[in-house]
Amino acid sequence: MMLRAYGDREGDGMVQLSFTLALAPSARAREAAKRFAEQHGLREPLVATMEACAEGYSYFVVYGHSMHAVDVDQIDVPEIRTGALSREEIESRIKKRGKKIVVVGACTGSDAHTVGIDAILNYKGYAGDKGLESYKGFEAYNLGAQVENDQLAARARSLGADAILVSQVITQRNCHKENALAFSQLAEREGWRKDVVLLLGGPRIDHKLALELGFDAGFGPGTKPGDVASFLVERLCGEP
Amino acid sequence: MAHVPMDEKKVASCRALAASVATDVQRYIDAHTSVGVERTMLRALGVEGLGAEGAPLVNLAVDRYQKAGLLDRGISFFVGRQLISGAKNVQDATERLAYAPDIDEPTSGPTPAEARAALAPHVTAALERIDRARDQREALKARVAPGPAPLKYVIVATGNIYDDALQAKAAAFAGADIIAVIRATAQSLLDYVPHGATTEGYGGTFATQENFRIVRTAVDEATEKYGRYIHQTNYSSGLCMAEIAWMAAVERLDMLLNDAMYGILFRDINMCRTFVDQYVSRRIIARSGIVINTGEDNYLTTADAVEKAHTVLASQFINEAFALRAGLREEQLGLGHAYEINPWLEDSFLLEVAQAQLIRQIFPRHPIKWMPPTKHKTGDVFQSHVHDAMFNLVGVTTNQSIELLGMFSEAIHNPLLMDRYLSLKAANYVYTTCKHLGEEIEFKPNGRVAQRAVQVLDEAHELLGEVERDTIWNAIARGAFADVKRTREGGKGFAGVVARGHDYCNPLLEALER
Repeated sequence: MMLRAYGDREGDGMVQLSFTLALAPSARAREAAKRFAEQHGLREPLVATMEACAEGYSYFVVYGHSMHAVDVDQIDVPEIRTGALSREEIESRIKKRGKKIVVVGACTGSDAHTVGIDAILNYKGYAGDKGLESYKGFEAYNLGAQVENDQLAARARSLGADAILVSQVITQRNCHKENALAFSQLAEREGWRKDVVLLLGGPRIDHKLALELGFDAGFGPGTKPGDVASFLVERLCGEP
Repeated sequence: MAHVPMDEKKVASCRALAASVATDVQRYIDAHTSVGVERTMLRALGVEGLGAEGAPLVNLAVDRYQKAGLLDRGISFFVGRQLISGAKNVQDATERLAYAPDIDEPTSGPTPAEARAALAPHVTAALERIDRARDQREALKARVAPGPAPLKYVIVATGNIYDDALQAKAAAFAGADIIAVIRATAQSLLDYVPHGATTEGYGGTFATQENFRIVRTAVDEATEKYGRYIHQTNYSSGLCMAEIAWMAAVERLDMLLNDAMYGILFRDINMCRTFVDQYVSRRIIARSGIVINTGEDNYLTTADAVEKAHTVLASQFINEAFALRAGLREEQLGLGHAYEINPWLEDSFLLEVAQAQLIRQIFPRHPIKWMPPTKHKTGDVFQSHVHDAMFNLVGVTTNQSIELLGMFSEAIHNPLLMDRYLSLKAANYVYTTCKHLGEEIEFKPNGRVAQRAVQVLDEAHELLGEVERDTIWNAIARGAFADVKRTREGGKGFAGVVARGHDYCNPLLEALER
């Protein structure tokens, strides 16, 4: 099935576009906006607004009929393994569990970049999504940067961690992989690997890599605290 | 005229409780210093530049004397001794402190009184630099007046200071009165101030003294061009809040984000460190005439904006008490609050009006800072624009002083050039079309708005009573503000706090306290 944008009638392809060009308002600028829209596949573009938004810059609103159509039958997207749960759902499912989820996180090895671990654990969170500290159901400990694997293991064990977050931001010659693998192996060797959920995060990390390194999940760029919280709830709180 | 009931006795009682909270902390502050405070004094006495491996010279000198266990005497004492023993100037003296083969053991040689005498001309020069910048600002403002309230505040955050300067001018063209250059992510956690002009930054642009100068030049040009005084803002917060306050004072910034508790709650900076540093930063700010913007708006991004509205008011009283103890005038206190109630809640607009009006009345001389919705913004830019228009309506009706404009692309990206333009256009429209609305309306004496105002003040009063009884240290530990809990010795930067010795020497701070 081929689909066009729906404006007022099936198949009219009507879209709106707003943008800025580095030109002061003029007849030439209006024509430039029109051609710019045409090059995006808009037929009969109507420049509805042209205003100076800064000196030498114009802001435009343009309507036009998009010529493009998508074949929706050709789309094959794997469904994501878990959607982020709402804050209320996360809290209520942990409440049912009867005790808080203890999470201990750190940037391990030589890594001094806590931006990732801070974004997930600290109250302030990331992109408007508050960190695990902000939930009643989580007890979050952020050990900060340059924590050695054995220190992290010892602290996590003494705090009774349900989950451990390892963050690896800056990496040279794949040291992030070696370091992470060494941590999961340490847990195996000491015999407590099965007692905790191990999570790995960082800009070079994806789920597949994390599994290969002996972790339970991997979180890459753009991960929000709510995604991590949702994963832990699904893992540790049983059926809703 | 719009007015909500306000129990004067209860307001006075809130102020008394907040004063008691601040007095308790002031005893601690007066007995301590920090590496940040000591570095600030070096900068103010005239030290500049970087030392070995790119670290600021002030860090090298202060860290060395802290490691030697001598910082309880005050770094100024050692600078004074170097001046007496032949250093050419304060810069040379500080280089000696950082690099001389031996630490200066103060068992013999010049006394603190002699060190003070040697430092006296440098202390005078530091004060004169602050005063000169203040006088320049006042002269320019007298010649080119600022726009009417609410002053329209916008943010630029490109990461490149030269782009920031360009965007600042573009914003002024579109009607902005205040330009804030947002800082690079996590600068607040750096225990040093980066140096020079910077063109790379994630989430914002580094606050450096050179970057301050570049933006000052740009907004001064805009001031002249558009015939309206354009203000410059940055952040005196984090582990270097006092150093940044000094840089801002001498580079003639107009406003600083500066809060007695924000770093503790939202950046997990140690509370002892924050209380000591905020005091010294505010002593400089007081002298410089800069207006501070406090961060209570943040409370409502983490805690519920209906249930926890009173925590904002309670914190404003506490921030005020701390600021007055550091010598600020009420006209310098831009206490913050925000339009963060769930917009789909019935009558949420009435609750926002009630709080904004109440705060306006309780703090009549304060340049109140009104912050836009962020928490309930989604990627729907059209709905977001309407949401901001309602926020603007409250701002102009309740006569807020400084309004950070909402952006319809909030929750998507840093504002584009046209986003900022459209936001300013909408604010100009609402301010103009509703200019005197606040003078024309009255709220029903026992109506929803009035009742809400009474409730918020009552709850704030109750909370302040608890905080006063428990002390702020314990109140923060149990999560009284923003639902965040912090311990007295936890958080970042505690190792940088030092108890002052009985012969602690800091003549510049003493001069600022006079």
